[in-house]
Amino acid sequence: MDLQYFAELFLGGLTRGSIYALIALGYTMVYGIIELINFAHGEIYMIGAFTGLIVATVLTFAGFPTLAVLVIASVAAVVYSSCYGFTMEKIAYKPLRGAPRLSALISAIGMSLFLQNYVLLAQTSDFLPFPSLVPDLAFWEPYAHIISSQEIVIITVTAVVMVLLNLLIKFTRMGKAMRATSQDREMAMLTGVDVNRVISMTFVIGSATAALGAVLIASHIGQINFYIGFIAGIKAFVAAVLGGIGSVPGAVVGALVLGWTESFFTGYISSDYEDVFAFIFLVVILIFKPSGILGRSETQKV
Amino acid sequence: MMSLVEIRKSFLVSIWFMFLTFPIMVIRVNTVENIVEWRWNNMIAVGVGSFLLSFVWRYLIRRKEQGVRRQRESAGPRVSIFQRIGEDRRIFLPALTAAALAVVVFPFLVSMYQINIMTTAFMYIMLGLGLNIVVGVAGLLDLGYVAFYAVGAYTYALLNYHFGLNFWVCLPIGAALGALFGILLGFPVLRLRGDYLAIVTLGFGEIIRLILENWNEFSFGPSGISNIPRPGFFGVEFSLLAHTRYIYFLVVLITIFTIFMVNRLQNSRIGRAWLALREDEIACQAMGVDKVRTKLTAFALGATWAGLAGVIFAAKTTFINPASFTLWESINILCIVVLGGMGSIVGVILGALVLVLLPEYLRAFAEYRILTFGCVLVLMMVFRPGGIVSNVRRTYRFEGPDSGDK
Repeated sequence: MDLQYFAELFLGGLTRGSIYALIALGYTMVYGIIELINFAHGEIYMIGAFTGLIVATVLTFAGFPTLAVLVIASVAAVVYSSCYGFTMEKIAYKPLRGAPRLSALISAIGMSLFLQNYVLLAQTSDFLPFPSLVPDLAFWEPYAHIISSQEIVIITVTAVVMVLLNLLIKFTRMGKAMRATSQDREMAMLTGVDVNRVISMTFVIGSATAALGAVLIASHIGQINFYIGFIAGIKAFVAAVLGGIGSVPGAVVGALVLGWTESFFTGYISSDYEDVFAFIFLVVILIFKPSGILGRSETQKV
Repeated sequence: MMSLVEIRKSFLVSIWFMFLTFPIMVIRVNTVENIVEWRWNNMIAVGVGSFLLSFVWRYLIRRKEQGVRRQRESAGPRVSIFQRIGEDRRIFLPALTAAALAVVVFPFLVSMYQINIMTTAFMYIMLGLGLNIVVGVAGLLDLGYVAFYAVGAYTYALLNYHFGLNFWVCLPIGAALGALFGILLGFPVLRLRGDYLAIVTLGFGEIIRLILENWNEFSFGPSGISNIPRPGFFGVEFSLLAHTRYIYFLVVLITIFTIFMVNRLQNSRIGRAWLALREDEIACQAMGVDKVRTKLTAFALGATWAGLAGVIFAAKTTFINPASFTLWESINILCIVVLGGMGSIVGVILGALVLVLLPEYLRAFAEYRILTFGCVLVLMMVFRPGGIVSNVRRTYRFEGPDSGDK
């Protein structure tokens, strides 16, 4: 076996998995707290990419240095995506608390259609070239043939975000409130947790990580359009379910597993059936372990 | 009514939305020619629009909350207008006759284009009713329903291409294959629940579509299969218009058959088992309902209608390719079921008519069509979550000698 080829596929899978993980977080956190598949989450990711592109372009014309452009564009993308996530929750999901889950799902689908077409109409239906925002790191030059510095940045950012998020959930007051809400919403309310705020926060955090992922992946791939949210959303959702939806470490594991599966499958077998294989893998995992890799299996009580 | 507080709230909302839509609505960059376009008038539009709409929104939310309270106070279930029509024979029979007459006369009054739209609407009624068995009645959320539709369509197209089988032979084969695939999907997902089921069925739908797209030797890939013959009628040669009308009536007949079957199914032993399974799986098993068989029949029967509709679809359009069977198609059908009112046959029919006809006639604002559609979905769920016709459960009241109410 060619070791370098293997390493390339391994690192490619790691990069892919990192991106999926950043998006999957939003799904899994929202699901963990209000048990809703937020179908419009991919659209938040897409809006993050567009905001990043627009801000970056305007700043570049204004003559800002590259690093400043990267930082400001990322911050703008994160802020705007969070605001969109927040508003979306208030409009489309909050009035539906306590409604059947299917209603919330349909509402999410409607939101997704709306946001897609909003960007389509306000911007363009064409692919837009995305500037390569992440600079090439000079010290990395000798190893760039194995893994580019962009990929390094993606992997590092993901790792940092994951660690921070884990700390947030484990050690802060907000994290505690989140865990309480996801265990038992009514009981959390009784003990004085502001559930509405927790839910809003969840949407904000999930949207922020998705936006970060959007800026990174867009500058890695180099082009975006209004439709990118859909397939990214589906993939990330698969990753979240694979790892056990509702569990944050599960989302990371699921995303990495999905990234590697796709990468190795494409590299060694065939690139035509990449997505087929991802789905077959998902089906097989769920059949043998219906709650996902890291999910707790719940026994149903009468 | 327009107190200062209200105005202040709306003002804040409008500021918020102006901020929110700023980068996407106002700025447009052209990275090829390096131009930045600033569209400030869009911002004004958003500001004024959201200012006004926020009043409407709050008014509707308030009304909804009052409605909930009122319903809680009056104990009895509210009877919807559709139910009253359904129960009162004096209204029901003339209404049915009028509808039947309209359906029969329709294709002779309008253009071929309109007939085609109506045929499509009827096909979606079939699909909606089929999915209604799975989602509405049995409560299994299926996001890959379109896979069975594809199975039906490709059955006819391929059997016709390779063996020259005609429409009438393929119709039952398509339905049977649909059912078979329903069972194939049903087996592995029996253990799954709720959202896991949704994602597995979604995956299944995508697998079928991707195979059709990539396996060129089998399905001719993305270019699809063309020149599929239209259904024959004892060897009679039709003009194109006559053929369109013929297919229309064919679809109407099959739809009526579907409605009849689904109606009978819902009130049958198996139908009640589905309902029970939806409400509580464990209690249901304890009462002796065979869970495996009941779920599998739900999948199989739901898929059967999709298979049938698929064969008709292939025959109607004479051309199919995998692009017709995307996830959005599944979601569209799901929206028909949910918007119409889950579990209610009249609801599904209305839902299909609305969801197919509305976008067609909204073509005037073609650009804003899907945008509006998305809005309608959200608003519908927020303000009328039961769908157009909410299904009221059949209740049995015990009226023994002791239960006389005072």
